[in-house]
Amino acid sequence: MEMVKMTYREALKQGIREALLNDERVFLMGEDVGHYGGAFAVSKGLLQEFGAERIMDVPLSESGFVGAGIGAAMAGMKPIVEVMTVNFSLLAMDQIINNAATLLHMSGGQLNVPLVIRMGCGIGRQLAAQHSHSWEPYFAHVPGLVVLSAGTHEDARGMLLTALKSPDPVILFEYTFMLNMEKEIASDAGAMDITKAKVRRDGKDITLITYGNGVYKSLEAAEELSSQGIEVEVIDLRILRPMDEETFLASVAKTHRALVVEDAWRSGGMAAEVFSRIIEKVFFELDAPLQRLCGVEVPIPYPRHLEEASVPQSQDIVSTIRKMMGL
Amino acid sequence: MVFLRAEGFLGASLEWDKEWLPQIYKIHMEKRAKEKKVSPGEQERHLLYQMMLIRRFEEKSAEQYTKEKIRGFLHLYIGEEAVAVGVTQALSDEDYVLSTYREHGHALAKNMDSGAIMAEMYGKLEGCSKGRGGSMHLFDANINFYGGNAIVAGHLPMDVGMALASKKQQKNIITCCFFGEGAAAEGEFHEAMNLAALWQVPVLFVCENNLYAMGTALKYTHAMQDLEKKGGAYEIEAYAVDGMDLIAVSKAANDAVKYIKTNNRPYFLVCNTYRFRPHSMFDAELYRDKKEVEEWKKKDPIPKYQQHLINKKLLSKKQIDEMEKQIEAEIKKAVIFADEGSWEPIEDLTKFVYSGQKA
Amino acid sequence: MIEFKMPSLGADMEDGTLVEWRKKPGDQVKRGDILADVDTQKGLIEIEVFDEGVIDTLLLEEGVKVPVGTIMAIIRPLGEVTEEKDIPSAISSEEPEKSEEVPAKTSEEKEERRVKITPLAKRIALENNLDYSVINGTGPEGAIVKKDVEKALAEAVGPSKEMGGFTEKADEAIVEVKKEHKTPPIKAIRTAVAAAMSKSNREIPHYYLEKKIDMTRALEWLTETNSGLPVQKRILPAALFIKSVASSLVDVPELNAEWEDELVIKNEINIGFVVSLRSGGIVVPSLKNADLKSVGEIMEWLNDIIPRSRSFNLRSSELSGSTVTITNLGEGGADKVFGIVYPPQVAIIGLGSVAEEPFAKKGMVGIHPMLYVTLSGDHRATDGLVGSRFLAAMDKHLQNPQAL
Repeated sequence: MEMVKMTYREALKQGIREALLNDERVFLMGEDVGHYGGAFAVSKGLLQEFGAERIMDVPLSESGFVGAGIGAAMAGMKPIVEVMTVNFSLLAMDQIINNAATLLHMSGGQLNVPLVIRMGCGIGRQLAAQHSHSWEPYFAHVPGLVVLSAGTHEDARGMLLTALKSPDPVILFEYTFMLNMEKEIASDAGAMDITKAKVRRDGKDITLITYGNGVYKSLEAAEELSSQGIEVEVIDLRILRPMDEETFLASVAKTHRALVVEDAWRSGGMAAEVFSRIIEKVFFELDAPLQRLCGVEVPIPYPRHLEEASVPQSQDIVSTIRKMMGL
Repeated sequence: MVFLRAEGFLGASLEWDKEWLPQIYKIHMEKRAKEKKVSPGEQERHLLYQMMLIRRFEEKSAEQYTKEKIRGFLHLYIGEEAVAVGVTQALSDEDYVLSTYREHGHALAKNMDSGAIMAEMYGKLEGCSKGRGGSMHLFDANINFYGGNAIVAGHLPMDVGMALASKKQQKNIITCCFFGEGAAAEGEFHEAMNLAALWQVPVLFVCENNLYAMGTALKYTHAMQDLEKKGGAYEIEAYAVDGMDLIAVSKAANDAVKYIKTNNRPYFLVCNTYRFRPHSMFDAELYRDKKEVEEWKKKDPIPKYQQHLINKKLLSKKQIDEMEKQIEAEIKKAVIFADEGSWEPIEDLTKFVYSGQKA
Repeated sequence: MIEFKMPSLGADMEDGTLVEWRKKPGDQVKRGDILADVDTQKGLIEIEVFDEGVIDTLLLEEGVKVPVGTIMAIIRPLGEVTEEKDIPSAISSEEPEKSEEVPAKTSEEKEERRVKITPLAKRIALENNLDYSVINGTGPEGAIVKKDVEKALAEAVGPSKEMGGFTEKADEAIVEVKKEHKTPPIKAIRTAVAAAMSKSNREIPHYYLEKKIDMTRALEWLTETNSGLPVQKRILPAALFIKSVASSLVDVPELNAEWEDELVIKNEINIGFVVSLRSGGIVVPSLKNADLKSVGEIMEWLNDIIPRSRSFNLRSSELSGSTVTITNLGEGGADKVFGIVYPPQVAIIGLGSVAEEPFAKKGMVGIHPMLYVTLSGDHRATDGLVGSRFLAAMDKHLQNPQAL
């Protein structure tokens, strides 16, 4: 397979571009997606290529334009709505939860909402308390939504394409911290499955379950631990709702140990949900207490050293796993 | 000007309840003591000083940003100084001010210490928000400056709530809220306008229309571009003023404050202005023409006001040079203060999550 | 000379491509002038200069992409003369990433424990009709894990001989390391440590004492002593601690001993000093006749032995003969450490990190640097009173560091 190097930003852009080329009903709307070129330069140049009908700048009115996206989807369009970052998503939360997620149910199966909402999210750029959120668990709490987390370049490239085929509203999380990161992906990379978690690395000693910003950090830690004789199985959840539990339950049954790594705050995070399922389903496979490394429960502070201390780092993963292995 | 306003304040109060008089007189005397002697042109020179300070302070901030002393987002106010200074001079020290992420100018105009602002942008413990906020989150309750609110329009409802409180407490305080024209497209703007008018609370809404919501021009975001007309929908008195002219802004703000105090109703003041700098540091300005920027720079409020004072013989060229030196010294001091500031220990990371919590 | 560097315009800007210089050498520039056009992920940005002067040298060619912080040009402040030598030729200014190792936290459970067993281990035990209450757990918090149950099952089938000569085994493992050199069998060390510690935990009834010691004077003495010394001769607190332990053992010899069904006090004071390996595991080199050595000599020994320990470059004689052990956490880790006695020794002294704490002295509360010293003793050999005397002696010696 031929591999090409590309940034996470470029992968996102190629995904959007392919979606626009594939289906005339698809259009992108969001704050600064057009003339500015996208707040993170993801959609730079698309306005020139596709025109203002399909790349729509919108005013700063999250509630308004997310609602408009829902309406357009109900009426046969395939909108990709960009909420610049998850930080502003609460302004549109009423539209997302009360409308997008419930219309199908309230209308007795008559009205589905094939809408994709993309959001940049995550921490790591010293943007302080209001601009560093990891709110995947909020959305993963809501029945009616499909919640995806693009923790790798291939998912950044391909999740959107599959999401647009979903009959129901999809929330797609992208990670601004990774935008400049370069990785190799297959030159013919395209649509990615959005139903299963993925084993990103095989291992026999311990299962590490993660998503989003945690994926590359965990793989890095697994690499280091491998040199110390510990083989970590790294699982990328990818789909936070509806969650694919089979993949991680099978892994825990093999390794008998599990650690969850996520940037989101600890209480009520994805880790809590993953653990509940492990305890419910494979309790008698456990040979060590479950452990989690999550975001420290504090509004994210601005100074770099405090920001870094707020979320698990690769070294924290290494030392936690060593401890779990009794070293 | 503060002094002059206090005079007017006293005059207006003569017909009021007699109980108020001693207290008002006391405020008046305190102000007079604080102001020392107001010589001709002193107030005007003070306003010029503030505008020039904002300009130089922001230039220094940009420099410190490129040196990685300041991180995160840094939004500069250069070009819009007449708005912050002109509006703030109409307010009293007790009036509340809420602002946006582009708030260094408002903070300085409200007399926030420049060292505390610089230290905040450095992320140092000595910053006005203990380094936790950075450029976008300047707070100082002592001078009634309530941020530094970085979700566009997110602070407008808060603003109405504060004014409602001061109304209930029978405090003679105005809540002044700065926001951009981008915020006027947010639902929260309209909700806040409606509530303020409905409750008849003393709010001064100041829209700084700099023509671009980040990089998207007014014409792409507003169907009705005469923003002041939006006040009409809520029966809010509104006025649009040339935001590049300190004298015009000051007069409009004085009138607005007088209106609010007299009628106990909100007021919507639109200041048409322009930022000379990009939206934030990392902005290639693909969305506007360089010629347009140059055209607006001709309307720079600072040289305009300098010339006005020279014409009026309230200021000499030499005095401007001295002022520049004074400002340079103040900024140097601020930078040293920030440089010498300390990092908060990581052990204190979870501080300030709940009131009364120990570190 | 002023170095003009590729500016950082956003946390997400990592590099920029110089598209065009707007100025050439010899041009005068002032604050606010545009010096160059730089292409970024967000498009072309004009880069301004914040200084005044004359362009001396342009170090970057157009079209080149460099990281933030790279020196792009040299600006000569007005009135300054060129000095050729000052001009850097390289275009790299990357700061090395700091990577501090997180010290492993040490804690030993002292409380009485009920039988802790993991769900998996319990399931296996029950399936095999094994009474797990008698199994010794090696998992977290002393819990019985799958491995322990499997071992017990194997022993039930064919019980292997009780380990008696485990110390030799440990030494053997370490000596092997020496032979193979540079291919450290981590697992062998781990096994040796595991065997020794399990035996100790199984056989030795421990008692634990701790004492807070005010380090003000000791640290002052170190600062004073070090002020006159070259960097490589500077004395670290660890050397002083070892010396104070040695001197305290002279005062309380009962702890410098072995238990061989009775207390045998040793003539020499040979201190085993625990060195933790980066890859996990520990080795314990021995400082012979520590009481006869000066603090300076001890420091020299440490400087020599620690790197050799970590590179597995020790003679077996350097690993044997210890009569007592010190485990020293160093800075920044846990406050205190309770060691496990290394048989046939009868005591292990644990030195925590020095941290500032409020401390009352002569009726006045002040902030003092405090050290937690712990003692884990073999209760068959000595009693708490002896241990207590020893810790008091430590305190006494550390208050008079100049006498050590």
